[in-house]
Amino acid sequence: MAPASPAAPRTPAVENPLFEYVVRLGDDRLVLGHRVAEWCGHGPILEEDIALSNIALDLTGQAAALLALAGSIEGKGRDEDALAYFRDEPQFRNALLCELPKGDFGVTIVRQFFFDAYSLLLWDALAACTHEKLAALAAKSRKEDTYHLRHSAEWVRKLGDGTPESHERAQRAVDALWRFTGELFERDAIDDAVVSHGIVVDHAALAAKWRELVEGVLREATLTVPAEPGPRATGGRRGRHTEHLGHMLAEMQIVARSHPGATW
Amino acid sequence: MSGSALTRDQLFEILDSVKDPEVPVISIVELGIVRDVRSDADGVTVTITPTYSGCPAMRVIEDDIRTALSWSGVQQVRIETVHAPAWTTDWIGPAAREKLRAFGIAPPVPVEQGGLVTLTRRRAPAPCPYCGSRDTELKSEFGSTACKAIHVCHACRQPFDEFKPL
Repeated sequence: MAPASPAAPRTPAVENPLFEYVVRLGDDRLVLGHRVAEWCGHGPILEEDIALSNIALDLTGQAAALLALAGSIEGKGRDEDALAYFRDEPQFRNALLCELPKGDFGVTIVRQFFFDAYSLLLWDALAACTHEKLAALAAKSRKEDTYHLRHSAEWVRKLGDGTPESHERAQRAVDALWRFTGELFERDAIDDAVVSHGIVVDHAALAAKWRELVEGVLREATLTVPAEPGPRATGGRRGRHTEHLGHMLAEMQIVARSHPGATW
Repeated sequence: MSGSALTRDQLFEILDSVKDPEVPVISIVELGIVRDVRSDADGVTVTITPTYSGCPAMRVIEDDIRTALSWSGVQQVRIETVHAPAWTTDWIGPAAREKLRAFGIAPPVPVEQGGLVTLTRRRAPAPCPYCGSRDTELKSEFGSTACKAIHVCHACRQPFDEFKPL
């Protein structure tokens, strides 16, 4: 079985599928943005430190706009800050790939490449959907993700086709992260329910395009596409996370929770 | 004086005095951030659009808009943010491009339309804002702010920023 093939896991009935759908999009970018921001001041070279910080900023900005939209869809007075800082781990809906620790530079770059390729293709689909506000955010985010993907794909080539050590570390990252990519293309009851809001994404086509793009770059990078997908890591979309997310949220949320309502 | 006493042109003129906090030679009107301004009995509504999603200058720009309008006697200001159509560097006009160049920032080249980005495609080199040479090289697509890329000129040996096409 290919890691990118869509599946239909059971999803408990939810009150507001559209809210749930937009929260998933927002949480992917909020959590990954925080992980990438952990490189600020720790990048291997100055240009890369700046690049990763810029990418983190874009992802966090996209998350803010998406969570603000989710809050307005929910209509219970929660804004983007309430959703980012005052939900606990089981309420987060990001894919597990996004929450894994940043690891070494190889892990960060390979994870980013896998996500950027998925994200750009997803925005392509969503920019054409008839939900006006989501389509607007998709068209905007797509432009930024174009830069992100070019950056991460170039680094995958440099690391894979670089020194024996960079190749070995990049391959290790590909092997370790591969089984987390299947979750990105899962289709469940939420995806079916938002079709009535004009949000139609062909998950199988998305997965196929992703594989073509990703495998092409990995080949150029002299990296090996894992033959076996391994046991699929999944659960994030339903609030079942790895042990890493709680620790990350503790750090991300402490200031807002210690000083609720503070402005500066 | 209420907001409605000023004409649309006058309001645009006031907003044209608000400079981008990170590129202080061009205004938020020249950048295309201001999409519309309307005045009615309740005050003035300014419609803006973000450049980059995560641009930290947007909050500062909102404050600067309020300040500039209050100096002209407009106290009731509403700021609306729209995301469509998505902001593009193609909205920056020729005069503003020349201001960028004179400030040492290569102006953005026209945005290429197309489907999925070609990963390996290399676009034409950005002309050096100092000596005009096209013998320049892109060093990083991410620079000191979200909207800039870093280049180096091989002719005059000067590193420079480019306002990157979006």
